[in-house]
Amino acid sequence: MSSGLLIALSVLLPVAGAFVVLALGKWPNAREAVTLITGGGTLWLVSGLLPYLREGARPRLDILEVVPGVQLAFEVEPLGLLFAFVASFLWIVTTIYAIGYMRGHEEENQTRFYFFFAIAIAGAIGVAFSANLFTLFAFYEVLTLCTFPLVTHHQTDEARRAGRVYLGVLLTTSIAFQLLAIIWTWQLAGTVEFTQGGILAGTASAGVLGAILVLFVFGVGKAAVMPFHRWLPAAMVAPTPVSALLHAVAVVKAGVFTILKVSVYVFGLDLLGALAATAWLAWAAAATIILGSLIAFTKDNLKARLAYSTISQLSYIVLGALLANRWGVIGGGMHIAMHAFGKITLFFAAGAILVAAHEKDISRMHGLGRTMPITFGAFFIGALSIIGLPPAGGSWSKWFLGMGTLEAGQVGLLAVLMVSSLLGLYYLLEVPVKAFFFKPPEDAHRPEGIHEAPTASLIAMIVTATATIGLFAYPDLAYELMSMVVPGGAP
Amino acid sequence: MSHHLPVLLVVIPLVAAPFAALVNRPRVSWAIALGSAWWAFLAAFALLRQVMADGPIHYALGDWAAPYGIEYVVDPANAWVLLIVGMIAAVVTPYALLSIEREVPDARIPLFYAAFILCMTGLLGIAITGDVFNVFVFLEISSLSAYALIALGRDRRALTASYQYLIMGSVGATFIVIGIGLLYVMTGTLNMADLAQILPELEPNRTIPVAFTFLTVGITLKLALFPLHLWLPNAYTYAPSVVTAFIASTATKVAVYLLLRFFFTIFGASFSFGEMQLDKVLMPLALVAILTMSIVAIYQDNVKRLLAYSSVAQIGYMVLGISLASALGLTAGILHLFNHALMKGALFMAMGCVMYRVGSVRIERMNGLARAMPWTMAAFVAGGLSIIGVPLTVGFISKWYLIQAALEQGLWPVAVVVLVGSLLAVVYVWKVVEVAYFRDLDADADIQEAPLSMLIATWALVLANFWFGIDASATTGVARRAAEVLLGVGS
Repeated sequence: MSSGLLIALSVLLPVAGAFVVLALGKWPNAREAVTLITGGGTLWLVSGLLPYLREGARPRLDILEVVPGVQLAFEVEPLGLLFAFVASFLWIVTTIYAIGYMRGHEEENQTRFYFFFAIAIAGAIGVAFSANLFTLFAFYEVLTLCTFPLVTHHQTDEARRAGRVYLGVLLTTSIAFQLLAIIWTWQLAGTVEFTQGGILAGTASAGVLGAILVLFVFGVGKAAVMPFHRWLPAAMVAPTPVSALLHAVAVVKAGVFTILKVSVYVFGLDLLGALAATAWLAWAAAATIILGSLIAFTKDNLKARLAYSTISQLSYIVLGALLANRWGVIGGGMHIAMHAFGKITLFFAAGAILVAAHEKDISRMHGLGRTMPITFGAFFIGALSIIGLPPAGGSWSKWFLGMGTLEAGQVGLLAVLMVSSLLGLYYLLEVPVKAFFFKPPEDAHRPEGIHEAPTASLIAMIVTATATIGLFAYPDLAYELMSMVVPGGAP
Repeated sequence: MSHHLPVLLVVIPLVAAPFAALVNRPRVSWAIALGSAWWAFLAAFALLRQVMADGPIHYALGDWAAPYGIEYVVDPANAWVLLIVGMIAAVVTPYALLSIEREVPDARIPLFYAAFILCMTGLLGIAITGDVFNVFVFLEISSLSAYALIALGRDRRALTASYQYLIMGSVGATFIVIGIGLLYVMTGTLNMADLAQILPELEPNRTIPVAFTFLTVGITLKLALFPLHLWLPNAYTYAPSVVTAFIASTATKVAVYLLLRFFFTIFGASFSFGEMQLDKVLMPLALVAILTMSIVAIYQDNVKRLLAYSSVAQIGYMVLGISLASALGLTAGILHLFNHALMKGALFMAMGCVMYRVGSVRIERMNGLARAMPWTMAAFVAGGLSIIGVPLTVGFISKWYLIQAALEQGLWPVAVVVLVGSLLAVVYVWKVVEVAYFRDLDADADIQEAPLSMLIATWALVLANFWFGIDASATTGVARRAAEVLLGVGS
């Protein structure tokens, strides 16, 4: 298959799958089978692009010229492929999980759920493979809009309010800031194509370029840099598989991916390092890292705590980009993958606890570890990865991010990373520790023996937990791809 | 035959109109209207292709050579407007069959179609003629028939709305005819090309600026530029659905065209914007229109009225593009004529479907309507996304050009206003979406999806919103040529 066809199909296959899902709405088993097959096919198509990149090629697919000079086009580069890999692989796992969760929880409108889920994946892959800012922005908005029905899945008043915040923040930032930045870039550079080394260098004064950078960083609301983070906790009203895949992986990673992409291919690391605004924004990201962790501390609702943990971790990646050096970008890019596997495991566990034990609050999970050992074991492994401890994959990305701060001569930022990890140590590990070692609350009715979530959900959880450990032993692919993004010397 | 196309475009509907009234059978009258509308559409399309390929067409009526006879002149600018009028008429007429049977008493239906054809003829005539007095004649034909069409609304308030429009419209028309009279006194000609040649050669005098002012006020009243928009909301709200969809997509567009023709072709950009400093008047009014009218739209409970205020705001976008007086700004304004016709047409037609089934378009009657009328409400959402300016819709293309034009002149606050207008559109569109999708359907409501013929017409426009939003090369190409012709470069 030609590379162009591979690119086209990896975006179109999930869309096609979505419509088959819609048609098969009356037969749940066939519907879910189609989702799984589509997921497998998408992963296969995406992995078919890897050999091209290893040969140093950048497969490109021009679809059409929307307005003169602005193409709707895809170009696969290593960072995008990494993101597409993560999204398409975890889609399969999440589907397996969702089969257990959605049926176990007796959710309504499941067909609509799987339909928009598939469209969201197509959106994420479209973002990953975008050849220019316009295409990226288009798929970014597709992703925003098609996740709205997922966030508001329950159609309650609470869901409607959360949906308002979700759409309000994401559309406001993207239209008011990001679009302005994109058009401004077009005005200055005469192109919006992603180019190695950047396109903005030398086009305007440092002040103007700094302003554009600020517009980009805050305009990508999906990266949840404070104060534009409120949408993420709000999105937690969605069913857990949505929180797991979209709000720990696809949507938020599309945000930080955009920031990495803009840093490397629109500004270029040399220009980025020279702007005064970069340093200021790095501290804004640092503030988000610390504040996110601190707020996570105060949350008793498990999903809310994970949401704030995500906000904090996303800013690690933003910070990595803004360090404007090789290690920062490699660490940031690898953290897309590492955080994805760790955080999805945590969300899977949170959903499993909700389905099996009907508990949402951490304070009511005391002693639950004896009833659900696999779930809390998986949670433990996921937590290790988020904190950055061996033997979990997260330790690699945090290692490189730390090296990036030193390379940039920013010891203060290294301290921020350390402090946040320490906070994470407490607020994440508290959950399994209390579940295993504390006595259950007196009014809790716990079943005798082991009572875990549905098997499908357990399988998914075990897969992601194993992969989290596997990524510690074999981080090679992620590292290989990221080193291609910023060529340079060996570590 | 093809040589006479410019005149046949107008004459065939003009002759057809009395027949529609005389046959006095609703369905036959409708068929005559359908034929006239499709004739106009196809002929306008042929003319546009011809002028884009071979340059302007001059047609002397009755072979009386200009400037003594009346001349029809077709160039990219007015061929574009002719196409908009023909296209909207061609889409609206099939839709009208059922909608009008429901909203207009049987006895008046033939009269309705006669007035409808006349209104279309008037609009086509204004656009195609190269003679300023002829403009006034056609303006009266279209306006008088529009008053009649609006008065046919089922709500008794349609009569007062129509009366209000009659008064305001007549004031506007009077101003225009005074302006034309003054021009004639000073130059002794009514031919546009002649005027354009003679005006710059005149000694400096006070009459021409006065003529200019009368024309400005008269035309801006017709195109409902804030604060001369007061007739519009009531007229759009109480007119039959078909009339609203047609007039909202065409009448104000033709008035904008008239503005372009007078200011650029006849007076010339250097007089209008240099000596008379028109931009200093138009730009603030346009900006105020965008902001205040979008906010007013948010507070409306009648969705047709909401869309009417949105139209006043959108007219602000067109006038803003014109007031920038650059090639890019004019392109943006001219492009938005077409794009706004597509989106507002689709939205008003979706509301017409609601009117057909529910009998009201008040927002409290639309609880849970998405369950009963999924296709209609999906069309509303899609049209709404276009108004917001989501990428891959026509609204985005308009915004892309408009912001670029503003940034080109360093007017970034103007760019910000355009984007804020988009965000306000999110609020008023989502207000309807929340009611239709998040509330429960009223228990006693027995509502079905709209009839197929109405849905197909509505969706034709919806799909056009996406088609021309994804591949905008044709529309932007024509708009750019039209802008060049008006600015007198490259032709």
